[in-house]
Amino acid sequence: MPEFERFSYDVLVIGAGGAGLRAAIEAAAAGAKVGVVTKSLLGKAHTVMAEGGVAAALANVDDRDNWRVHFADTMRGGQYLNNWRMAELHAKEAPECVHELEAWGALFDRTSDGRILQRNFGGHRYPRLAHVGDRTGLEMIRTLQDHGIHTGMQVHMECTVLSLLLDSGRIAGACGYDREKGLFHLWQAKAVVLATGGIGRAFKITSNSWEYTGDGLALAYRAGAELKDMEFVQFHPTGMVWPISVRGILVTEGVRGEGGILRNNQGRRFMFDEIPELYKDQTADNADEGWRYTQGDKNARRPPELLTRDHVARCINREVKAGRGSPHGGVFLDIAWIRERMPKSEEHIKRKLPSMYHQFKQLADLDITKEPMEVGPTTHYMMGGINVDGDSQMSTIPGLFAAGEAAAGLHGANRLGGNSLSDLLVFGRRAGRYAAEYAKPVTLPAIDEGQLQEAARDALEPFDRGPAGENPYQIQYELQDSMQDLVGIVRQESEMQQALEIIGKLSERARQAGVAGHRQYNNGWHTAMDLANLLLVSEAITRAALLRKESRGAQFREDFPNKDAEWGKYNIVVKRGADGEMLIEKRPLQPLPNELKAVIEEMK
Amino acid sequence: MATQTTFRIWRGDAAGGQFQDFATPVDEGMVVLDVVHRIQAQQAPDLAVRWNCKAGKCGSCSAEINGMPKLMCMTRLSNLNLEMPVILEPMHAFPVIRDLVTDVSWNFRAKKTIRKFKPRSPDAPDGTWRMQQADVERVQEFRKCIECFLCQDVCHVLREHQKFDEFIGPRLLVYAAALEMHPLDTEDRVSDLRRKHHIGYCNITTCCRQVCPESITITENAIIPLKERVVDKFFDPLKQLFHII
Repeated sequence: MPEFERFSYDVLVIGAGGAGLRAAIEAAAAGAKVGVVTKSLLGKAHTVMAEGGVAAALANVDDRDNWRVHFADTMRGGQYLNNWRMAELHAKEAPECVHELEAWGALFDRTSDGRILQRNFGGHRYPRLAHVGDRTGLEMIRTLQDHGIHTGMQVHMECTVLSLLLDSGRIAGACGYDREKGLFHLWQAKAVVLATGGIGRAFKITSNSWEYTGDGLALAYRAGAELKDMEFVQFHPTGMVWPISVRGILVTEGVRGEGGILRNNQGRRFMFDEIPELYKDQTADNADEGWRYTQGDKNARRPPELLTRDHVARCINREVKAGRGSPHGGVFLDIAWIRERMPKSEEHIKRKLPSMYHQFKQLADLDITKEPMEVGPTTHYMMGGINVDGDSQMSTIPGLFAAGEAAAGLHGANRLGGNSLSDLLVFGRRAGRYAAEYAKPVTLPAIDEGQLQEAARDALEPFDRGPAGENPYQIQYELQDSMQDLVGIVRQESEMQQALEIIGKLSERARQAGVAGHRQYNNGWHTAMDLANLLLVSEAITRAALLRKESRGAQFREDFPNKDAEWGKYNIVVKRGADGEMLIEKRPLQPLPNELKAVIEEMK
Repeated sequence: MATQTTFRIWRGDAAGGQFQDFATPVDEGMVVLDVVHRIQAQQAPDLAVRWNCKAGKCGSCSAEINGMPKLMCMTRLSNLNLEMPVILEPMHAFPVIRDLVTDVSWNFRAKKTIRKFKPRSPDAPDGTWRMQQADVERVQEFRKCIECFLCQDVCHVLREHQKFDEFIGPRLLVYAAALEMHPLDTEDRVSDLRRKHHIGYCNITTCCRQVCPESITITENAIIPLKERVVDKFFDPLKQLFHII
């Protein structure tokens, strides 16, 4: 019988990106005994890759900004499917959370009077993103990490969770294995916070790191929690397209925020060709006005390159499909052109976008201060996730919380750039606080030894089959290809039905996965363990996308190309049925209170 | 366009190991980590490698490529001589776990021994601070660090002399410098740097600076100014004289 090394906590946080660390810090500050489980080393989580900034209505650059504008921007960006309570709390609490980071040592770029500088980003009415060049995520995770290690939390690095444990319907902890030795661990806990991030690895072209296999969503689903808004996967408009091996790596929206423009192979600035009704009044109608906006002219409207991500990604897709793309199947993103408008533009670009300069120089032999980049859409973010209460972040399972990308609600049908870094601070903090509060009066739950042994047995099965079993890498590649081709930016009924069939077959094969060698740091085994989660979230995405017969936000259906007002009244919720089948339902939105309705009206 | 290459990869664990040759086709634009993934998927599924973002931002995939400490995800094949086998080894300074993966946990433990950030009281009634961009920039250079530990790998105090119990290495000296030079910080780490972290062991050979993938000027901008602070505090003859009187 496999042995488990046993640990016991008040609050167990799964995931050590921004949301997880922020939750752990808050729970520890509330006096809870906190454990953190992370798939990678501390400080390596996907948050490090966030570039452009953290959205907060500090009003340091434009004093017209406040939480009401931020709230209205977020709701408009999400096409009003957002959990309004989360959008409200997020807009109100983000500034305080950014200041908190500064008190813990974060060093944001400054305004001339010494305050935190803010930059423009798509869908935000005013310059709102506090940033550190184009490496804001690294600054944030390092700040949280360096603060967190002195708060008494215990960090279990390079551990993967296999299963959540329940005691009479409430959370009891989690079990999993460490990568280093391949040994099993039990983390008994009164409350659990899932902060496992997204699902990008279900797609072939993605900006996401290997960790993004939908673990938290799958764990919560199997434990009986609800998932919501799974059809809304954000394709970031600008990922690298060449060389092939770096395809998908993010090119920050900050490039466009600093004045970068998009062109097709005819040199046409195609983003002016189609401007959505919802944004017409806020968008510049000529190149000069757009440039003035990026340089801080308060009377100018934003250039069309800074429309929401869903729209920009579709426009790029349209240009490429019409044969107007760049040589490697993208379009041109040009920041070098600003030399026409400012002296010393090369130094300016290097200072404002150092990582981008470095990334293109090193990986593509291209100097972005002199030449345009080639970019195309890349799978970037999951708006959907675990259905949580807006205030406490508790899921439908008592004691199970979720925060950050793993939770659904804040972003609705489409997320605005910069709102994820603020999301993870605001709701990481809330999840940590409420998890600690929940844990306080609760006695330590009992562990079901049977469930533990079953999890271990399942995990070891691939070794029994050995190299003769299915190759886990191959299954993962085939899934990524199918999701990319059949459930990507442009969707339609027959292709998605086909995807479901393929997912079914791949699930069969995944159950026959075999791995060679032993349990010590075996990447093949780790891949085999992640497969079930990837397949599950892929199925949920596809089923939800099939059910929503309209185009809205990140979901574009070729067979239903228009927005349908009726569908604007519902979220889609997915959960596990009694016999293990996937149940899917339309759930009416919570009615918006009058005072928030008034805010949206006022900002129109 | 595919070219046939040989990758000579060290395989083994704490008990020992040897090099194993893998012949594999490679394509234009590939980086070393792509080749490792291809070998994993097609020839050696249990080949151990630590990686994460594959974009040079997380610092997980540190290794020694043809003897040079580098990130596998940022090393393009076009910069290597593919006529010869490409030699891939784990970092030498740290204990091997398996194949290309080393145990770098010491770095995380050592970091905890450095006194944490302690800001001055806020400058404004709303609890915020004012800082000038120029003052911030000096420290921002250090905060670019992605904790890949390549600088620790080449530091002879750690690599050759294994002084892990006494010395914190260039990465953590950069960390200490970022705290010491932080415009808001009020903590004093100078005594610790001398007595607990033995900054004196560093004899500024600049090996660390030369391998930094973030081009942080480790030796000149971080370590030397810290050494100067130590000298100022403990070895200034005038101050010593006053002290005696």
